[in-house]
Amino acid sequence: MAIKKKKELDTEEKSPENRILSFPDEVLERVLIFVKCHKDRSAVSLVCRDWYNAERWSRTHVFIGNCYSVSPEMVARRFPNIRSVTLKGKPRFYDFNLVPPNWGADLHPWLVVFASAYPFLEEFRLKRMTVTDESLDFLARSFPEFKALSLVSCDGFSTDGLASIATYCRNLTELDIQESGIDDLGGSWLSCFPDSFTSLEALNFANLHSEVNFDALERLVARCKSLKVLKVNKHVTLEQIRRLLVRSPQLTELGTGSFSQDQKLRSDADLESAFSNCKNFNTLSGLWEVSSVYLPALYPVCANLTFLNLSYTALQSTELAKLLQNCPLLRRLWVLDTVEDKGLEAVASSCHLLEELRVFPADPFDQEVIMEGGGSGVTESGFVAVSEGCPNLHYVLYFCRQMTNAAVATVVRNCPNFTHFRLCIMNMCQPDYLTNEPMDEAFGSVVKTCSKLQRLAVSGLLTDRAFEYIGTYAKNLETLSVAFAGSSDRGMQCVLEGCPKLRKLEIRDCPFGNAALLSGLERYESMRSLWMSACNLTMNGCQLLARKMPRLNVEVIKEDESDDMHAEKVYVYRSVAGPRRDAPPFVLTL
Amino acid sequence: MEGEATYVSDLDNLKATELRLGLPGTDAPEKPTPASPRGSKRALLAADEECQSKSKSLGADSSGQEAAPVAKAQVVGWPPIRSYRKNSFQARKAEEEAAGLFVKVSMDGAPYLRKIDLKVYEGYKELRKALENLFKCFSLGELSGMEGCNGSEYAITYEDKDGDWMLVGDVPWEMFISSCKRLRIMSGSEARGMRSSP
Repeated sequence: MAIKKKKELDTEEKSPENRILSFPDEVLERVLIFVKCHKDRSAVSLVCRDWYNAERWSRTHVFIGNCYSVSPEMVARRFPNIRSVTLKGKPRFYDFNLVPPNWGADLHPWLVVFASAYPFLEEFRLKRMTVTDESLDFLARSFPEFKALSLVSCDGFSTDGLASIATYCRNLTELDIQESGIDDLGGSWLSCFPDSFTSLEALNFANLHSEVNFDALERLVARCKSLKVLKVNKHVTLEQIRRLLVRSPQLTELGTGSFSQDQKLRSDADLESAFSNCKNFNTLSGLWEVSSVYLPALYPVCANLTFLNLSYTALQSTELAKLLQNCPLLRRLWVLDTVEDKGLEAVASSCHLLEELRVFPADPFDQEVIMEGGGSGVTESGFVAVSEGCPNLHYVLYFCRQMTNAAVATVVRNCPNFTHFRLCIMNMCQPDYLTNEPMDEAFGSVVKTCSKLQRLAVSGLLTDRAFEYIGTYAKNLETLSVAFAGSSDRGMQCVLEGCPKLRKLEIRDCPFGNAALLSGLERYESMRSLWMSACNLTMNGCQLLARKMPRLNVEVIKEDESDDMHAEKVYVYRSVAGPRRDAPPFVLTL
Repeated sequence: MEGEATYVSDLDNLKATELRLGLPGTDAPEKPTPASPRGSKRALLAADEECQSKSKSLGADSSGQEAAPVAKAQVVGWPPIRSYRKNSFQARKAEEEAAGLFVKVSMDGAPYLRKIDLKVYEGYKELRKALENLFKCFSLGELSGMEGCNGSEYAITYEDKDGDWMLVGDVPWEMFISSCKRLRIMSGSEARGMRSSP
């Protein structure tokens, strides 16, 4: 139902220089359909007014990285034919409880506008938004063609909201609520999918705690012949997984339920044959509470696996080693640090095509169990081992309790193509444990060697030196996360002056003050956002910034009355929508 | 730095970051304080002190090891793990602790604790060997066996479900692993006291 706009060909302007102007819009729009990436589309829209118009009529997917940077009315005015919306809300540090609840990012105002502007909307992909049951119900009833709902790290809704989606969305293909904080009122929502409903292609309810009716789930899986992605929750047992697999051998992504002792399982061979029937698996996750005796049942599907998510599975190194021997094509691996350095050595010897590794801590808050010189958890030697065996590694998230500058230098020498380097030394301000020096040289070697680096998270004891390195070398850096680091304003200044592509900067507990904040005056309009908490900012400094840069929203979160001068939590972002109209009392817009 | 006076005066009221040497796990492991800027202020102060003391030791001739473990204050949002993942761990940890399989092992005089899974050992002999391996780097002397060897200074003890400290080796292995909550390798006179009691 695209509404075509007919441009009158201006017959007087047919000279060669103007030939591009008489190019019919319909043709240009047809060409632009192939331009999918929103950054490319932004570039297209800046060429000239005709291209701006052709682009806006042909755009079907809009990506809004900060829901407060623009209003839904503005979006609807500019883009008449949107089918798919991606919206991101709260600052990322919300995930770590640094942003108070009820901060905002409510989906509802967007739904109200889009219900009339885009009645044929098909997709919502939301991250860190607040979504209520009323909103989900409104969504389900307002968009008859609705197909895909993805809620990552969202909150505010309960299983009742899911019931509305299941009941009213006749054409649903995707329902994914991963890692959302949901009020779990029971599993009956799944039974709301009508018997006539067969279009489901992806279903992810791994984070729900309550049991769904297994019969309803089995019948749903059986009648949805296009189902490719199925991620169930902990309550689904091994025998139940076996039955689901028998119904849907066409699955490409599976998130298992509990993988432990199940009396109902007739035999291990049955389980293994159910897995062997699935020839198209590329992703495996779940594996809650694994009894290692059942792991061999997975071996048939490991051959084609490209993504293995074991981050909720407390595997030991030998179990992991045996499993990985069957996964030669693995590109992405997420594990818990229970596998230890030995486990990572197994990764290095089995998975030479590995591109992404994430190692999560099994016991991050166990502060008394300090590991030095080996023990549980992973150390610098596991990191080096992986880099030696996996030269294609370009994405790493690594939680550890000890690290050395030399080890990091070795890692990036082995793997110079890092685009995402996120190292978290869990003990705050910890130096190189062998030399007792700051970790400045480690991150220096990262930015000097990895010219394609887009995302960096630093940790350990760091002085301004580290930030000098970042500002000097990290010319492609887009996202930087800093905590408990730096010695003075100069650190932050180096980054703001030196990193031209910086879009997101999030800082907590660093000695950066007003001078540092104000040194970035020229930068913030080309960035998505800046977050600074527990630094040395004052209300005066923030007010000065707000006065000088009227197109930025400078927000201070004030949770107690005691210190009027200190700006405890500051969130700065560019916006064409002006100050928020829905700010709660603790958010002050300056 | 503005607001410094406020930092210092707030310290008296700040129970949440009170340094404690109590048993681990006796408090709720980590309560995300919903609206507590003081938390981060104190964290900054604590972190600053730590960072300053660390930078002071740079360049000085230091052994590079800490003399004693610091019971670190819980800081809001650190390490940066999403709530969802955190909740999974805590649920699993609670399950594990209830099952009595993963236990902490402390050794008098050692700078840090270790953690072991009792399930992997078949009996007391294996356990003793494993403990020797774990702590041998401290060269604090040999572990006493359950046989009460002469000349050794240590006794392996455990805390059972009732909170009593018992000498390891007196009950059948299965009973031991189901009731053991944590292990402590005691030294000196305390050890002798344990060994000689009936």
